[in-house]
Amino acid sequence: MAELKKEQEPVDATPNVSEAEAVDAATEAEAVAAIDAPVSQGEPILQVRNLVKHFPLTQGILFKKQIGAVKAVDGISFDLYAGETLGIVGESGCGKSTVAKLLMTLERATAGEVFYKGQDITKLSGRALKAVRRNIQMVFQDPYTSLNPRMTVGDIIGEPFAIHPEVAPKGDRRRRVQELLDVVGLNPEYINRYPHQFSGGQRQRIGIARGLALNPEIIICDEPVSALDVSVQAQVINLMEKLQDEFNLSYVFIAHDLSIVRHISDRVGVMYLGKMAEIGTDTQIYDHPTHPYTQALLSAVPVPDPSAREGRERIILTGDVPSPANPPSGCRFRTRCWKAEERCATEEPLLAIPERFVSSATPAAHESACHFAEEKDVVHAA
Amino acid sequence: MPDTTALTKSTDASAAAAQTPTTTDSGPTPGKPRSLWSDAWHDLRRNPLFLVSMVLILLLAVMAIFPGLFTSASPRDANLAEHYLQRPNWGHFFAPDWLGYDVQGRSIYARLIYGARASIMVGVIVTIAVTITGLVIGMLAGYFGGWIDTILSRVTDVFFGVPFIVGAMVILTTFEERSVWVVILSLSFLGWTSIARVARGSVITIKQSDYVVAAKALGASTTRIMTRHILPNAIAPVIVVATIALGGYIAAEATLSFLGIGLAEPTVSWGIDVSAAKDQLRNVPTVLIIPSVMVSITVLSFLMFGDAVRNALDPKMR
Amino acid sequence: MTTIDKTAHVPAPRESVSGDGPLLDVRDLHVEFHTRDGVAKAVNGVNYTVSAGETLAVLGESGSGKSVTAQTIMGILDMPPGKITQGEILFRGQDMLKMSNEERRKIRGRKIAMIFQDALSSLNPVLTVGYQLGEMFRVHQGLSRKDAKAKSIELMDQVKIPAAAARVSDYPHQFSGGMRQRIMIAMALALEPDLIIADEPTTALDVTVQAQVMDLLAELQREYNMGLILITHDLGVVADVADKIAVMYAGRIVETAPVGELYSRPAHPYTRGLLDSIPRLDQKGQELYAIKGLPPNLTRIPTGCAFSPRCPKAQDICRTDVPPLAPVTEQDGTELAGRGSACHFWKETIHG
Repeated sequence: MAELKKEQEPVDATPNVSEAEAVDAATEAEAVAAIDAPVSQGEPILQVRNLVKHFPLTQGILFKKQIGAVKAVDGISFDLYAGETLGIVGESGCGKSTVAKLLMTLERATAGEVFYKGQDITKLSGRALKAVRRNIQMVFQDPYTSLNPRMTVGDIIGEPFAIHPEVAPKGDRRRRVQELLDVVGLNPEYINRYPHQFSGGQRQRIGIARGLALNPEIIICDEPVSALDVSVQAQVINLMEKLQDEFNLSYVFIAHDLSIVRHISDRVGVMYLGKMAEIGTDTQIYDHPTHPYTQALLSAVPVPDPSAREGRERIILTGDVPSPANPPSGCRFRTRCWKAEERCATEEPLLAIPERFVSSATPAAHESACHFAEEKDVVHAA
Repeated sequence: MPDTTALTKSTDASAAAAQTPTTTDSGPTPGKPRSLWSDAWHDLRRNPLFLVSMVLILLLAVMAIFPGLFTSASPRDANLAEHYLQRPNWGHFFAPDWLGYDVQGRSIYARLIYGARASIMVGVIVTIAVTITGLVIGMLAGYFGGWIDTILSRVTDVFFGVPFIVGAMVILTTFEERSVWVVILSLSFLGWTSIARVARGSVITIKQSDYVVAAKALGASTTRIMTRHILPNAIAPVIVVATIALGGYIAAEATLSFLGIGLAEPTVSWGIDVSAAKDQLRNVPTVLIIPSVMVSITVLSFLMFGDAVRNALDPKMR
Repeated sequence: MTTIDKTAHVPAPRESVSGDGPLLDVRDLHVEFHTRDGVAKAVNGVNYTVSAGETLAVLGESGSGKSVTAQTIMGILDMPPGKITQGEILFRGQDMLKMSNEERRKIRGRKIAMIFQDALSSLNPVLTVGYQLGEMFRVHQGLSRKDAKAKSIELMDQVKIPAAAARVSDYPHQFSGGMRQRIMIAMALALEPDLIIADEPTTALDVTVQAQVMDLLAELQREYNMGLILITHDLGVVADVADKIAVMYAGRIVETAPVGELYSRPAHPYTRGLLDSIPRLDQKGQELYAIKGLPPNLTRIPTGCAFSPRCPKAQDICRTDVPPLAPVTEQDGTELAGRGSACHFWKETIHG
């Protein structure tokens, strides 16, 4: 498996194409070449800049008229470094799953850029996009719906090779699939079984094997363990960590379970209503949160330890998350925030290191989008 | 990089998972791979409804293909002088005079056997035709959506709005010669709408499923997504609708033939026989009853078959 | 199994109770399902009791039998394929399994109510929430439409739905997930039942809303002095509200304990494994302990202890003898109230 080195994709410009097409092919080939170049550890492999996704709300049957938009993702920026795990947490409707789809170019961004090795993948199409897809793969939340029930495990894990035949010659595929099954801890003899013959945890392993098949550099994990039983979750998390080391993968790990995100992530971003509220290393976010939303979120996590629970402060937020079709002005969290003042309604706080912490070396000095950012430990007993 | 120490732990956890499934696994049962089709087949084989209908359908199919196996008499040999409306001779099993003769002196038993061909042909070929047409239209509308869907769905609605029998009557009256193929054509022309609707509905559900998204994320082409992912999963409800509709097409053929605008002589059809015998009910009721019973048995067999298939493919509907 | 003393809230029962026994007493319950692959033994001898004002948490993974037990108590188990092969369910001393359908229906909703995980599919989408809440009063208490509506508003106030009077004529889809779960709670409360069974009531909700709903449930339970059975897979949720916990595995209770003790000193290797496999919020763990293998197939439960193929402590005896739920004691033999463990090696697990 480890010697699955990416071969340069053969650039064969067909002779009978028109000039314009030839030029396109040339730039495309350049793009493909750039995409296949390696990135060294610690450098940003993915740079997300002001990413926006608005889903139009339309009215009328024949002549559709746009009457508004659901602002699912509304200007998000972050970097993903090679070999790291970036956790993204937030409640349902915060836009974290849309971010996953945008990074996978399964949805077209309304605005903003996603740079992968210098290429803005939101603008790519055709062969260059296909080459990108080889390098950015995804693991889905629900192991019951993400595998085609009519295909055997061998066909499911082998499908990446069928779509990208240059990765594995036809005669070699069965062996490669069996290797992959072995890598994710499944018996290679299961190759002819169907998904419904497996349990949830095993199905998720199959999904991971499919994601690994093309030897990608980045894997986007959208709630990969939330549908699994507690005792199986740990197995899958451990497997993912093992694979990360073995194949030098970078993960974007999207989840709502804050404990699991802390365990697996090197850095964590907290999303609220389509915006990034706070981002930093796991210690900065969990032990030194400065955004009130992060603090409330962390304090609400039920902890399986009643003695630790007693000493913890609980911030119980009132009300629900506002509709992303009509988010509050200024700071989006202000409607549920106990610190909110007039300024919060008029002036949108930017994601930056709060001024009061800028010059200090405390762990509180990380990016937080709050006018009144202030450190507060909510996870440790007082 | 997060802890590398987790490595050892997870390997034995996963190794254990790989080794123990036959004993502790909630998934694979020991034994062979089981596709959903083989599961359905497993269910079907144990369903008495299916077995009974299958025996009847096989018998009808053999009758349709090799009528000569069942009788030496010709269904078109008319001997008015000797056999006009001769009553059945119940003791003469499978002999030409077993079930008596009709108003033209033709063997009713022979006509019973030879009549199967028209019914089965119409039923099966119309079903195949509407399934293909309906699937193609339904899948295109469901998968591409947008204006393609708008146009195809409106066309479907228009066809759906035409009453089936009346529509077929209108089409058939425009033909001079009404062979089996003309009947098949007219029924197929009107019958595809329900299949198209079912196919469109299931395609819309399936195209949103995660495994289709996963295939797109891998860079799969539209053709691949359609043939490998959408079609195999959309086909089950379509097959259910199609098998149940099959009986309906047979009934429709008989109805049209009875009304005198479906099949016409010299084609042998139970519907025509029922029509010809309608005035003889008081004299010799068997002339009318025998072809009617054949139509009923055939339609019922296919309906039972369709029902059994539906139960096997969609256990939730039980 | 002893019940835990909750002196803080044991007011006089609202109705004259026959005897001082527990509200609900499940005894040696066995339930199985007949499936294509054979007989799935979903519940294999479950015993538990709940008293008024007490919260019992039933903890288990999917397939542990926790929900099947609850459905059997409610009398909403699908039969067939389900079949109760053995056991008693005593509600105030009377065996509900021997009651007529009519008698059971009188208990269901009025005496024992249930809250489901998915509030959206449990509510009828074409009727207003006010109508659905009021239905309870119209059908069971014969109130007029107007009175029933007034009662509905009162209930919605009680479960802290803001602007209840204005929202009473809204439809379920107009409410958020958390609000819908409140409506479900209001419906369960409508007839002031003695016992509420909540099946994963907050699993579908966000963390911040989860806390609100659990708090509400706990508060109402105290107020009405109800018994509460909380069915969940989330060790965290349980820690906050339960008095005692029963851990289920493969259709049996493998450990019972007062809530605090279960976490600090588990006496069953399965419980210990579960606790160890959860990452911590307050520190970055080095490695996650993972219970090896998978939960058993209910049609082929391993002989002996069902957990033995996954258990790090398993010996030969575990593969042959089913361990009974034995009382757990301190090292010096002092009995630990309310504690039991179905493990041959519970001593080693808790004290070792």
